[in-house]
Amino acid sequence: MNIRPGFSVHIFRLAAFGCAFLTIAVFGMMLFLGWPLLSSGQFFVLLTREWLPSQEIYGIYPMIAGSMTIALLALCLSLPISLGTAFVAATLAPRRLRKVVLVTVRFMAGIPTVIYGFVAVFLLVPFMREQLAGGSGLNILTASMVLALLIAPTMIVFFVNGLGNVARSYCLAVDALGGKPVQKLLYLQLPQAWPTVLAGIILGFGRAMGDTLISLMLAGNSIAIPRGVFDSGRTLTAHIALVLAADFASMEFKSIFACGLVLYIFSVIVVILLRYLTGALVRPPG
Amino acid sequence: MLVNGFVKNAPPILLIKNFLGETMQNLSKIFIFGLLCLLLTTAAQGSDLDAFVGQKGILKIAGGTAHIPVMKEAAELIMTSNPDIRITIAGGGTGVGIKQVGEGLVEIGNAGRKATDEEIATYKLSMVKWAIDGVGAVVNPQNKVTALTATQLQDIFSGKIVNWKEVGGEDRGINIYDRDAASGTREVFWKKALQSGDVTKKANVVVSNGAMKTAIAQDPYGIGYVSVGHIDGTVTPVALDGVVPNLENVKSGAYGVARGLFSLTKGKPAGLAKSFLDFLLSPTGQQIARDKGFVAVK
Repeated sequence: MNIRPGFSVHIFRLAAFGCAFLTIAVFGMMLFLGWPLLSSGQFFVLLTREWLPSQEIYGIYPMIAGSMTIALLALCLSLPISLGTAFVAATLAPRRLRKVVLVTVRFMAGIPTVIYGFVAVFLLVPFMREQLAGGSGLNILTASMVLALLIAPTMIVFFVNGLGNVARSYCLAVDALGGKPVQKLLYLQLPQAWPTVLAGIILGFGRAMGDTLISLMLAGNSIAIPRGVFDSGRTLTAHIALVLAADFASMEFKSIFACGLVLYIFSVIVVILLRYLTGALVRPPG
Repeated sequence: MLVNGFVKNAPPILLIKNFLGETMQNLSKIFIFGLLCLLLTTAAQGSDLDAFVGQKGILKIAGGTAHIPVMKEAAELIMTSNPDIRITIAGGGTGVGIKQVGEGLVEIGNAGRKATDEEIATYKLSMVKWAIDGVGAVVNPQNKVTALTATQLQDIFSGKIVNWKEVGGEDRGINIYDRDAASGTREVFWKKALQSGDVTKKANVVVSNGAMKTAIAQDPYGIGYVSVGHIDGTVTPVALDGVVPNLENVKSGAYGVARGLFSLTKGKPAGLAKSFLDFLLSPTGQQIARDKGFVAVK
């Protein structure tokens, strides 16, 4: 059978438009369902208030604070590890070891989230409870530590690609000048790959923000505004998962769309930043 | 030792299911539902489903959220055995269930309490009680505290009592585990055991009865509550004012933190609605109720 090249192009184009349309449709649907909140101005009130359903207050401020704290803390924990691993995997280690490191990192990326969470419940949570934090062991730090592990592979792969993509002629020049690998890394590769590194960081942060299961299983989900890393906290994503059982007509359920919108808008900002950094800063030569 | 006891009592697959809770259970549900279809349609109580042979039409159900898991499973069984029947199930809570069935918007309305005389009179409702939902406080098996008074329990959940020492246990802080406000289990416990009192904001929140059990089984200093049907060796029930929450005490009425699960119809149940309610009271229906953690009435 003869398939004209034009035909397959159409198929691919259709698929691409389909995906793009779906993304927009999701936003449209959330806007539609969340419209009663938006038009009455309640949306912005929700953003600043606490969650006290028994007093008919359905604010999501504690969850926004929870999401932000957990994601930022995860990033702070993960960044040094990821950067270090990337340095080793990109240049510092002997060629064979680099391969091993990279394969391990890719394997890590393939482990389902729930496995991390499950293992943490049995190992990290009791440790937290007995040795470090006291309380139930379910707290922001626990969730952040596991999230840090979860987002590390994404960042490492990004970093390694960035560091490896530095023009070969530059690398050879440094070698010719007698530069050590560390010097090459710090003075050539890192500055050159900076936009990619930044993009990796943003993507990692986005993943940390968007993850549901880890925080649902490990952060404790309390509705109090977190005051420290040993406090139990609830993320926006976990909140959606918890409140989903509420009946459709209730205000609880409507407030889910506020959470959804906040998360969506957040993702959009992440993507725009990513575009800007990878597109505008590293404009391909010519 | 704790971990050992835990693992012995519950196969890992169950634990994982517990963790995933209701939100993620849907995935595994598809798989389990497939298995159930295979098992139940071939082996089990074909006879209970016989009443639906030759019937067709749409049956609309709405109301109490606690009923939904049982309703769903019953509906799935019925619709698989007879594709001509469509059953839709909506939540909305007890109030919505009574109102909608009274106004004829749905054929069956679910209620987590007895309909009042006034409601029955206005709408000429008839009521079937097909299961009892009892909710008991639970602690870790290592915890020495296995009995509390109602006041102590309320003070613990409101955050007035913060150390196990104060109720005769170890000198350790109490970790409170709560459910989301939408949970039917929480509603019973909050109304009848906590007398609608405050629950501290510091409480950890878990997604399901299963997740609650796992959390308490893991935390030697935790206290939470589950549907009585869910209590097993991994957690220890806490006697409330001297009465242990177990199936017998709930059935006999000695343990008060419980409620009946009712289904209402406008007038005497007829047609598809009657068959459905009969099915809930049949051995298969009652077994489903038991599987979902309720006390069967037959």
